[in-house]
Amino acid sequence: MSIGVRIGIAVLATVSCALTATTGVDEVLAFGAPARTAAGESIAEPAAQAPTQAAQTAAQTGNVVEVKVDNFSFSPQTITIKPGTTVIWTNRDDIPHTVVSDDKVFKSKVLDTDEKFSFTFDKAGSFPYFCSVHPKMTGKVIVQ
Amino acid sequence: MSDSKKDELLYDHNHDGINRRGFLKCMAWAGTGTLCVMQGGVLKSFALNRLPDPKSAAAAGELSFVQISDSHMGFNKPANPDVAATLQAAVDKIKGSPVAPEFLLHTGDVSHLSRPDEFDAVDQILKSTGKETFFVPGEHDVLEDDGKQFLERYGKSSQGSGWYSFDKKGVHFVGLVNVMNLKAGGLGTLGRDQLEWLERDVKHLKASTPIVVFAHIPLWTVYPEWGWGTEDSAQALGYLKKFGSVSVLNGHIHQTMQKVEGNVTFHTAASTAFPQPAPGQAPSPGPMKVPAEQLRSYLGITSVNYVRGQHALAIVDSKLG
Repeated sequence: MSIGVRIGIAVLATVSCALTATTGVDEVLAFGAPARTAAGESIAEPAAQAPTQAAQTAAQTGNVVEVKVDNFSFSPQTITIKPGTTVIWTNRDDIPHTVVSDDKVFKSKVLDTDEKFSFTFDKAGSFPYFCSVHPKMTGKVIVQ
Repeated sequence: MSDSKKDELLYDHNHDGINRRGFLKCMAWAGTGTLCVMQGGVLKSFALNRLPDPKSAAAAGELSFVQISDSHMGFNKPANPDVAATLQAAVDKIKGSPVAPEFLLHTGDVSHLSRPDEFDAVDQILKSTGKETFFVPGEHDVLEDDGKQFLERYGKSSQGSGWYSFDKKGVHFVGLVNVMNLKAGGLGTLGRDQLEWLERDVKHLKASTPIVVFAHIPLWTVYPEWGWGTEDSAQALGYLKKFGSVSVLNGHIHQTMQKVEGNVTFHTAASTAFPQPAPGQAPSPGPMKVPAEQLRSYLGITSVNYVRGQHALAIVDSKLG
């Protein structure tokens, strides 16, 4: 199988900082380190220079898509992406969830609040997935 | 409310109407556990904070035990930042109960994230009851390792993924596991191996033997939209049809409910950690965070008293406020 798991640290950091920039102070607290280095100044700048570049690269190539895990659901529930796109799931619930492919193509560890899982889809196809802790939570990634 | 002063907010750092002490107090009332008394083969259950007079007929029985559930040790979010304290409060109630239980049943979600230190913390708190505790796993207890750790701790003499049975004073207890191998879009599952075992396990018993079945996810369909039910529970209950008295004890939904269907009574226990909304009453079954002035009514305890012969839904709510 040519599909590989890439949990790139740079990419994850990028997402944290991107959220920091767009969602305000309450969100910042969830990410610990950037909030503390900020000390009342421009929040993410000192820690985030390299990731910001990475974010721009990601945005330019359009190969990162985010899925929110919130209120016991995946949102958006179905996403359609191009091959090579990395999907990042972030758990926004107070309860742990998982992201598990029905066909065992990918499987996250248990994600506690604010934890992330990412997977890069190199191959075209339809990838239904669910939360193995709360199996009523289902989603789908369509790669075409 | 005449005694409202007792519960006014003393500390409200977040200006959210909830102070920690008040919250713990309410949780201690609501999330304690259930005392079960077997009387003439009929199971009666009482919230630990609403116990009957030990000398009364209601408390008399041939066997009594306590069910606790959903400790979620390790959970530390605003719904309840101190689940150890609320579990301890439940244990204090058990120790102070005028009707001494012979043992405890824990119907799962002992831990929040299946971490060894979470199980250790619960074991430590429960140890002080001096009572034997029988466990079945919740889905939070079998994360990552398919329940290996849970089995090593609590399921040494169990079968398959942790099911077992035992007898106490003529009552046959069956612990079932319905949190393994959950399928996308589905509910809790017992699976074929466990069902076959159950059939064999009860086959030799006389029809007059009182049966108590305990499992984490409800064995009746409470609310399938939130996964509050078990796919193959009907088959399991089918094996129990010949018995005159069957009591089913579950957890998972963090609220007390009861239902009677023929010879079977179903009970779900409150969590010792945090409440969850009533079926369909919120966008999701996540932990309930409610203003303190409403908390008591949300956390209203349910005291259940089943008398054989009443084949109707019998839920008696007692609000705390």
